[in-house]
Amino acid sequence: MTEGRSRAFYVLSAVFALYTLFLYGPTITILVLSFQGPNGGMTFPMNGVSLHWFHNLWAGIGVPNVVDALLNSLKLGLAVTLTTVVISVMAGYAFRHKFKGANLLFFTAIASLILPSIVVSLGIALEFQLFNQTIAGVGDHLVDNYVDIDNATAWTNFLGNIGIAIQDNFQTLMGLFTSGFGAHLTWTLPFGLLIMFAVFNRFNPAYEEAARDLGASSWQTFRYVVLPMIAPSLIGVALFGFTLSFDEIARSSQTVGSANTLPLTLRGLTTTVTTPVIYALGTVTTAVSFAVIGTAVLILLIVQHRRRRHGSDAGSGIA
Amino acid sequence: MLEMKSRWAPYWQAAPLAIVFLIFFVLPLLVTFAVSFWTYTGYSIEPAFVGDNYATAFDKCLTSLPELCTTFRTYLSTLKFCLMVWLITLVLGFTIAYFLVFEVKSNNARLILALITTIPFWTSNVIRMISWIPLLGRNGVVNQWLLSVGLISEPLDWLLYSNFSVVLALVHLNTVFMIVPILNSMSRIDKSLVEAAYDTGATGWQTLWNVIIPLSKTGIAIGSIFVITVVMGDFISIGLMGGQQIASAGKVIEAQINALQFPIAAANAVVLLVIVLMIIWTLLRFVDIRKEL
Repeated sequence: MTEGRSRAFYVLSAVFALYTLFLYGPTITILVLSFQGPNGGMTFPMNGVSLHWFHNLWAGIGVPNVVDALLNSLKLGLAVTLTTVVISVMAGYAFRHKFKGANLLFFTAIASLILPSIVVSLGIALEFQLFNQTIAGVGDHLVDNYVDIDNATAWTNFLGNIGIAIQDNFQTLMGLFTSGFGAHLTWTLPFGLLIMFAVFNRFNPAYEEAARDLGASSWQTFRYVVLPMIAPSLIGVALFGFTLSFDEIARSSQTVGSANTLPLTLRGLTTTVTTPVIYALGTVTTAVSFAVIGTAVLILLIVQHRRRRHGSDAGSGIA
Repeated sequence: MLEMKSRWAPYWQAAPLAIVFLIFFVLPLLVTFAVSFWTYTGYSIEPAFVGDNYATAFDKCLTSLPELCTTFRTYLSTLKFCLMVWLITLVLGFTIAYFLVFEVKSNNARLILALITTIPFWTSNVIRMISWIPLLGRNGVVNQWLLSVGLISEPLDWLLYSNFSVVLALVHLNTVFMIVPILNSMSRIDKSLVEAAYDTGATGWQTLWNVIIPLSKTGIAIGSIFVITVVMGDFISIGLMGGQQIASAGKVIEAQINALQFPIAAANAVVLLVIVLMIIWTLLRFVDIRKEL
């Protein structure tokens, strides 16, 4: 067991290698096939090598909205990332102390993580439909009761005009940055919260006490002591926030209104597109994901490297 | 003054999280429950208190017994997928975690290998499913290879848009949910316990069964909850990889939403929720998850 490598090691290494192949093989396949020649098909053999399908993609491939969908997903992903980081840090801070409802809030977050996405998605859609019906109902009510009435006053005219404005302009509250945004948060926040739990479980409160003893306010303690220390973990939260939002489909499905996100568009394309252009789109999407993961890892490495160089001056005496 | 401030601090710090979950999770679930008793017209849903939606969801299910109605068959088929995917991801996830914790000796190597298993989780699931098409299609890589080595004389049709491809994709996408929690539990096992088992004469399998598995129980339970709940509610993977031909509990709800039959969809969502909660409750009886945090 301890001398050299056991037979189990080689068997398990082989299993791991096969699993890695299983994990990455398909993605690599479409990566290669997205460079298929102009006359090539959806599978091997490669009929030449070209950027034809990427040009095709850029030109709009006769499928509108792909670029729009990509931009939608990027914008939403960015908004979700920022919100997730801020809310997770705040909540992580809160959970270090006892407060009423802490358990309930924690289990709500876990429930939000594991309950079926279709149920969450439908729930949000229904809720917003009720909002819409209520607003439209109020508009109708105002118009019925305050427009073209006898003994009109400035006040009734005002209410009547609100009613008309609602009837004329109001369509829906549902959209990418309302219901869609919220739906994504129900998915990213539990991950953010769990990461913050892991962070603060290992966080030594002595640093904060030292800062307070030296006269720092709560905000200064957070800004100049805690935040720099937890910053690398926040990159982790941001990574989860962006990638989970950028790739989210199940909770988006009923909640983004008339807008489309990239995964939703992609799902639609699988049934209509029969050329390698869909692989080109897959390559671009995966490239975005990898760029984000790579950036996160790179920042982490740089931070670690700098800390190792400048981090602790313990033992070096008074400089 | 400071005392007062710090006592209230957790409340405003937790408030944004609580508000988001209230508006986008708790309230929607309550609305879904309420709407499952409502009626609907072509363009709106109307408050009511009727059981019609549940009756529709379980149409003829009792009268046609022992013959199974569509709803029961759908749930049975979803549970079957659940069971298969759970078993495969459990064995696979456990094996990978075991390899990383007990066989990889260097911490750096373990971190890198663990990252390798997690990175795909941060890429698009839809793309990862589409990626199987050139491999499993009628003229795909697998069929071409099987034909060329002479194992089959004509292409296999059941590789893609079939039960097989659905299970394959679900395993492909969700094994990570098993690996991470089991890895977490396993890396907390005191290695001296394993040594002690060997020293007192236990075989590898005995150590695995009597020491490592019981001590990984929490991770196994958390991973199982993840995988089972994901598969129970799935409609994207089953739809895409099943060529939109295979029914599932989630797909039924999706279809009813698309038909604007919101209250019926809500009733089905409540039923699905109850089943999922029952499964979670059963799994939680085996472990105390709070210990893990």
